[in-house]
Amino acid sequence: MAVFRESVPRDLRGKLMELNWTLVLLLVLLGAAGVGMLYSVAGGSWTPWAVNHAIRFSAAFGGMMVIAMFPPRFWMGVAYPIYVVALVLLAGVEIAGVTINGSQRWLDIGPIRVQPSEVMKLALVFALARFYHDLPTEKVSSLGGLLVPAALIGLPALLIAKQPDLGTTLLLIATGGAIVFLAGLSWKIILPGAIAAVVGAVGFFRYGLHDYQRERIMTMFNPDADPLGAGYQILQSKIALGSGGFTGKGFMEGTQSQLEYLPEKQTDFIFTILGEEFGFVGGLVVLSIYALVLANTIAIAISCKSTFLRLLSMGVATTFALYVIINVGMVMGALPVVGVPLPLISYGGTVMMAVLAGFGLILGAHIHRNAEPPRGAGLFG
Amino acid sequence: MRADRQEQDLKFTRRALIMSGLGGLAFIGLGARLYSLQMLEGERYRLLSEDNQFNFDLLPPSRGRILDRFGVAVADNRDSYRVLLVPEQAGDVGAALDRLSRFMPMSDADRERVLRAVRRQSRYRPVTVADDLDWQTFSAINLNAPDLGGVRPDVGEVRSYPYGAAFAHVIGYVQTANEDDIAASPREEEGLLLHPGFRVGKTGVEVSRERDLRGAAGALKTEVNARGRVIRELPEQSTAPQPGRDVVLTLDADIQRYAHERLGQESASAVVIDVNTGELIALASTPSFDPNLFVGGISSSDYAALRANDHNPLFHKSIMGTYPPGSTFKAVVAAAALEHGLVDPNETIFCNGSTMLGRREFHCWRRRGHGRVNLHEAVKTSCDIFFYEMADRLGIDRLYDMAVRFGVGEQFDIGISGVRSGNMPNPAWLRARSNEPWTTGHTYNVGIGQGAVLMSPLQLAVMTARVASGRAVEPTLYRNALARPAPHIGVSEPALARVRAGLRGVVEEPGGTSYSLGGLGIEGVAMAGKTGTAQVYSITAEERASGVRDQDDLPWRLRDHGLFMCYAPADDPKYAVVVVVEHGGGSSAATRPARDILRRVVARDPSSRAGVFADLAGTDRRGGA
Repeated sequence: MAVFRESVPRDLRGKLMELNWTLVLLLVLLGAAGVGMLYSVAGGSWTPWAVNHAIRFSAAFGGMMVIAMFPPRFWMGVAYPIYVVALVLLAGVEIAGVTINGSQRWLDIGPIRVQPSEVMKLALVFALARFYHDLPTEKVSSLGGLLVPAALIGLPALLIAKQPDLGTTLLLIATGGAIVFLAGLSWKIILPGAIAAVVGAVGFFRYGLHDYQRERIMTMFNPDADPLGAGYQILQSKIALGSGGFTGKGFMEGTQSQLEYLPEKQTDFIFTILGEEFGFVGGLVVLSIYALVLANTIAIAISCKSTFLRLLSMGVATTFALYVIINVGMVMGALPVVGVPLPLISYGGTVMMAVLAGFGLILGAHIHRNAEPPRGAGLFG
Repeated sequence: MRADRQEQDLKFTRRALIMSGLGGLAFIGLGARLYSLQMLEGERYRLLSEDNQFNFDLLPPSRGRILDRFGVAVADNRDSYRVLLVPEQAGDVGAALDRLSRFMPMSDADRERVLRAVRRQSRYRPVTVADDLDWQTFSAINLNAPDLGGVRPDVGEVRSYPYGAAFAHVIGYVQTANEDDIAASPREEEGLLLHPGFRVGKTGVEVSRERDLRGAAGALKTEVNARGRVIRELPEQSTAPQPGRDVVLTLDADIQRYAHERLGQESASAVVIDVNTGELIALASTPSFDPNLFVGGISSSDYAALRANDHNPLFHKSIMGTYPPGSTFKAVVAAAALEHGLVDPNETIFCNGSTMLGRREFHCWRRRGHGRVNLHEAVKTSCDIFFYEMADRLGIDRLYDMAVRFGVGEQFDIGISGVRSGNMPNPAWLRARSNEPWTTGHTYNVGIGQGAVLMSPLQLAVMTARVASGRAVEPTLYRNALARPAPHIGVSEPALARVRAGLRGVVEEPGGTSYSLGGLGIEGVAMAGKTGTAQVYSITAEERASGVRDQDDLPWRLRDHGLFMCYAPADDPKYAVVVVVEHGGGSSAATRPARDILRRVVARDPSSRAGVFADLAGTDRRGGA
């Protein structure tokens, strides 16, 4: 059987020819949905959110295209430096961060206010992908092969947990864990590890959480018990969503969200407005777009020849999927309220940039799927 | 190396697919949850969302008016100027009240009440600072409202009784609903009854026609946000309040007011009735009270003063007071004797001032006697001896039967509560009451309207009307377009004519007990009447010896009640008037007021003038609204 060595496009034209237009179209659809919903949430106004969202999306979209053009070799080169920078930024939050809503998550760099934890999500994927790319397969389940990823994940996780930002911490651990799993960790380690994780989580819930964090988790199970207290958001969100019915109340007709029953409606609870105004049909369409994005991404990952690109793509896809699942699960009262936005639809610049940068990498992976960058010296030679 | 590589590819693909499977399951879970929320429970959440979103502000209905027979409002609604405060707009409520106090008096108690109300409810809900302000104060506040911050001038409605005390007993008054009123009303009206400013009928027509007068509350649907702020009003989805229906009375406000004034400060009552229809033209009771005082809540000192007054201002004497009819009852006795053929019109009986029944002596009011009197003379001069004899001939059963025909002892339903039935005694009644046997002495007493006979002024008026018209008229207080003339009373016309002639003689013929009145005072119109005295206390022999000669020497409480019934015109009766003056010291206290009222009503002749009826008035009002 003849083995074709498929080519990797080298010039810009060739790369654009190889661009995954389906994925691009799906992302634009999501961004447009975000603009529409933010317009509606503001009571039919472009300000304050919709216009910013559109501008940010356009800018980040451009950035995504640029990122897609860079060869994997480049990304491998900057993978560790990016991780280090992100780690420094996280530590910077600890020292000079801006406190909003009781947690220190933002860092002012010149005119821009960034959330280093969002940067870290991508940086961690980079670092892990690079690490496993360099690591010989047989060493994945070795002691060194375990400790380094554990450190790469654990360090930022601890810093983010201190902010405190439980949602992002768990997201980071889950993403890292997924990459480790995809890298081929032996089931003999996965199973006991999973058991240990469950035991640890229970202990953490008991002793490692702030009261408000524990309360958030508790209220998820019975939001009606305290309709005006901690369960208020979830209950109002469920009322808004549920009242949407099959086809919804119509664009800009979402009474609950328009009447300020919902807090943070432009960020974490944007899916609620979507569900209220466009009903079951609208919710299902948006969920389907997300599913299609993910299916596309996984297909790209599988088509990639190099471990780096595979893990990079899957890492980004995992983060993206977790965002969607946690956010939508939360607004429907199925998961605890942990400030996780709905990617590309929720208002928020850093997340938008991080998500589209991630898709830049995925689009790049698709273009360069046949590239096989040599294994680097690696940490273990 | 290549096999190794392929195995590694396969492992990655496998694990990527495992992850995809997990993700897919999660997405299916989300879809299922969405289905459950929006499709299965959608209806429940839709209702919850409406609860969230809409408030229904109650709009109280306008209370129906109470009109006299000519459409003159005797119970009306007037605008009440109020000042409301919206705490959310006022910011600092204390400072807002300080600013407001420059324009209107405000006591510490008022301040405290407002601040308490503010603490209790949403800051978007207006609080009533002051009610029923005068126009000057209100317009000053209205003018300065933009600078006062959160102050909202408002106009509501409050019940008013333009005739004040004159109609107090008949119309009654309204007050804030109490727990009993709430319990007595349908559940869906509870909100209305609790609405600040809403009043319900407490006495008189206001309570007996409450269902007509109340109307139905409307609701203003408003959309509110999470903090209770009204975003917009939705008039097209609101229901307008249904105003209450007007009630039209048979009373003539002019006559009613005149009767009230004519009785003055006596403890008295007056009833004016249309003898052919039974329509009550006036129903007065003095002294009275100002029902307007009760609407806003009467002060306890005012109320205590009303309660303590020995002239009983709160008591509706014309329907609730019962008195021995005295000689007025002789009209019934005369009619009975004639009807049964027990007396010939020309037959005379000798009155020497007293008569013996066994060993008991019965006196005539005129101690020196009337001499020989026939029936006409006996009625005219009110000879007691003649009527002892008539009563004896009739016996109590026939007397009782005739009295009942004239309405004695009957509880008339005039559409307000408290109407007394009085008493018409007979042997069965006496046996039940004291197990005594009925004696001729009892019959004698009934013959002159004393003893256990008790009648209210209303019953006296009905009796007079029935004598005058020969019809079994029923008294009524409400105008009814379908009213028919009452059936005949069943006493022969010649008998009644003779009684009427006697009654006419009382006033119009020399020697009549009320001849000194000088008649009605309208050229060519004769009147008929009959005096009565209800004994309250017998002057004892000792008192007589110690100088108590007559009623004026007795304390007020012990003086006799004075009664007078009359009607006119004597030859074609239209109106009857009854006046009872409690402790008036004899009938003379009642005759002049009764005659004056009768003159007024005959001159005005309200029954011949076009009046209004409830249905028409109700339609008019709705059409205009």
